[in-house]
Amino acid sequence: MEILNAAVAGTLESSDVQVSVEPAEKGVALDLSSSVMEQYGRQIRAVVLETLERLGVASARVRVVDKGALDCTIRARVECAVFRACGADAAAKNIPWGGVVRE
Amino acid sequence: MKNSIGREIPDELLAGGREIFRGNNHRDGYGYTKAGPKVRAAVKPQESKVVPTLRAAIEACGLRSGMTVSFHHHFRDGDYVVNMVMREIEAMGIRDITIAASSVGSAHDPVAAMIESGVVTGLQTSGIRGRMGEVVSHGKLATPAVIRSHGGRVRAIEMGEVHIDVAFIGAPSCDEFGNARGKGGKSDCGVLSYAMVDAKYADRVVVITDTLVPFPNFPPSIESVDVDCVVVVDEIGNAKKIASQAIRISQDPRELKMASDCARVMAALPYFKDGFSFQTGAGGPSLAVNRFIEPVMRERGIKMKWALGGITKPTVELLERGLIECIVDTQDFDTDAVASVHENRNHYEISTSQYANPMNKGAFVNKLDFAILAALEIDTDFNVNVVTGSDGVLRGAPGGHPDASAGAKCTIIVTPLVRGRIPTVCDRVVTVTTPGESVDVLVTDYGIAVNPSRPDIARALDEARIAHTTIEALRDRAYGMVGVPDEIAFGDHVVAIVEARDGTILDVVWQVEAHDA
Repeated sequence: MEILNAAVAGTLESSDVQVSVEPAEKGVALDLSSSVMEQYGRQIRAVVLETLERLGVASARVRVVDKGALDCTIRARVECAVFRACGADAAAKNIPWGGVVRE
Repeated sequence: MKNSIGREIPDELLAGGREIFRGNNHRDGYGYTKAGPKVRAAVKPQESKVVPTLRAAIEACGLRSGMTVSFHHHFRDGDYVVNMVMREIEAMGIRDITIAASSVGSAHDPVAAMIESGVVTGLQTSGIRGRMGEVVSHGKLATPAVIRSHGGRVRAIEMGEVHIDVAFIGAPSCDEFGNARGKGGKSDCGVLSYAMVDAKYADRVVVITDTLVPFPNFPPSIESVDVDCVVVVDEIGNAKKIASQAIRISQDPRELKMASDCARVMAALPYFKDGFSFQTGAGGPSLAVNRFIEPVMRERGIKMKWALGGITKPTVELLERGLIECIVDTQDFDTDAVASVHENRNHYEISTSQYANPMNKGAFVNKLDFAILAALEIDTDFNVNVVTGSDGVLRGAPGGHPDASAGAKCTIIVTPLVRGRIPTVCDRVVTVTTPGESVDVLVTDYGIAVNPSRPDIARALDEARIAHTTIEALRDRAYGMVGVPDEIAFGDHVVAIVEARDGTILDVVWQVEAHDA
């Protein structure tokens, strides 16, 4: 998937995560901060990168501000931010339910 | 060297005669001579000990660089006394001070800068939070902080391991001769239990009050015979924060379920009979247990003989309804508890030595039936952490937790299985503040586990048809939800020593690297 515009998903509430994506020239640049960085930073980074890969996002600037979200929440917020960034009109009808959006 | 709960204690900490923890009762029967203060006799009759300013008091006491000063924490987050005294000490150019407080909190953030500048080079406390917790965790304090339980602090002072040069005791009311009380002023805190040992063992004792009352201010918590001088200031603290409005009983269904389950566990045990005794923490679920035991007590027609420790409204209500015969009090958390200790003749103030000192001739905690307490973390050995956060930074207080749990016949930890993403039940707590041998039952929102060292309790729960599982199963459930946490990466510098109640080393706290804020 190609990131066409900047988009955000999620909140800064406790147990949520806010994911912002922006178009980028080449590759994925991930900026992560988390209230549980010490114990889960590595795992959060892995979940975000896996989700981007599953969605076929090859280049993007991604900023993740985590407030202790579970992995399922992180995946959902990343997916949502990416779909919102794929062109506003296309987003709703192009969400691949049952395809790359799963679990 | 590893201690008996498998914690590695660096050898250099053992050089000065300190010993590793060898179990709760290892020092039972130990003989020692108590320390005593240097007294400057006031033979010549004097009308008043009131001095004009705080500085005059500090000068009169001969406070100089390198000395140890002490404080109590009855004013909690409303305290003005610590900052007031430390600012004056700093302004006088005195440095290299050790603070020996019963606890410090976020009200004392200004002291953090004094740690960084070398005005404060030693810290002995129960609690440590806010900015002070951060600077100590980042290795800014010149010597390792010493974290003790409330009982452990009294022990250390009475055994002479901590010698207080000058005690600064904030008091809601005081007369011109130094008789001080927790009531009768603008900012009543109820009792002065934590400060009693300071008054008896410090070389010099300064009472700081905002309400000077006629002599004699009786009956006193701090006696004039122990007081060198009295300072009158505008305000000793913020009254609203010293004694807060009653903490409302939780409406959170998760907390209520845990409290209800805890009460069911209590009711299933043989200790739950007429005349039992009980101590509960001031946290949400522990507090709510008061509400859930009431109907069971009425149904069985039993009463509690005594309730101990930090007191809140729910306990006061049980006293007023005749379900508790007396309250034995070392701290008051709300206005109801403050009012009760002054007005109810069955509500008594005791010293912290009477409450919890493990090395006097027997403290109240030793006769407790139940202790209901919380935890930041509990591991599969039932070791509890209440002092370091999941990032390894100091932000809590053992308080009376290690004391009550060591003494009680049945200690129940009530805590949610996970908080946000942080698992409360884990393989290995960051820091041990209460050893697993003190803990008998764990009640979480996802199930109950009994310490394998208490098959009698497990049998009693089986007979009462109360389901329980293993603590390993609860840990797996937690990890299943949030993932297995990575170990925190610590530096190789010890920033704090966690003393067991008896003065041996239970654990150490390692330096954490400063994170991008």
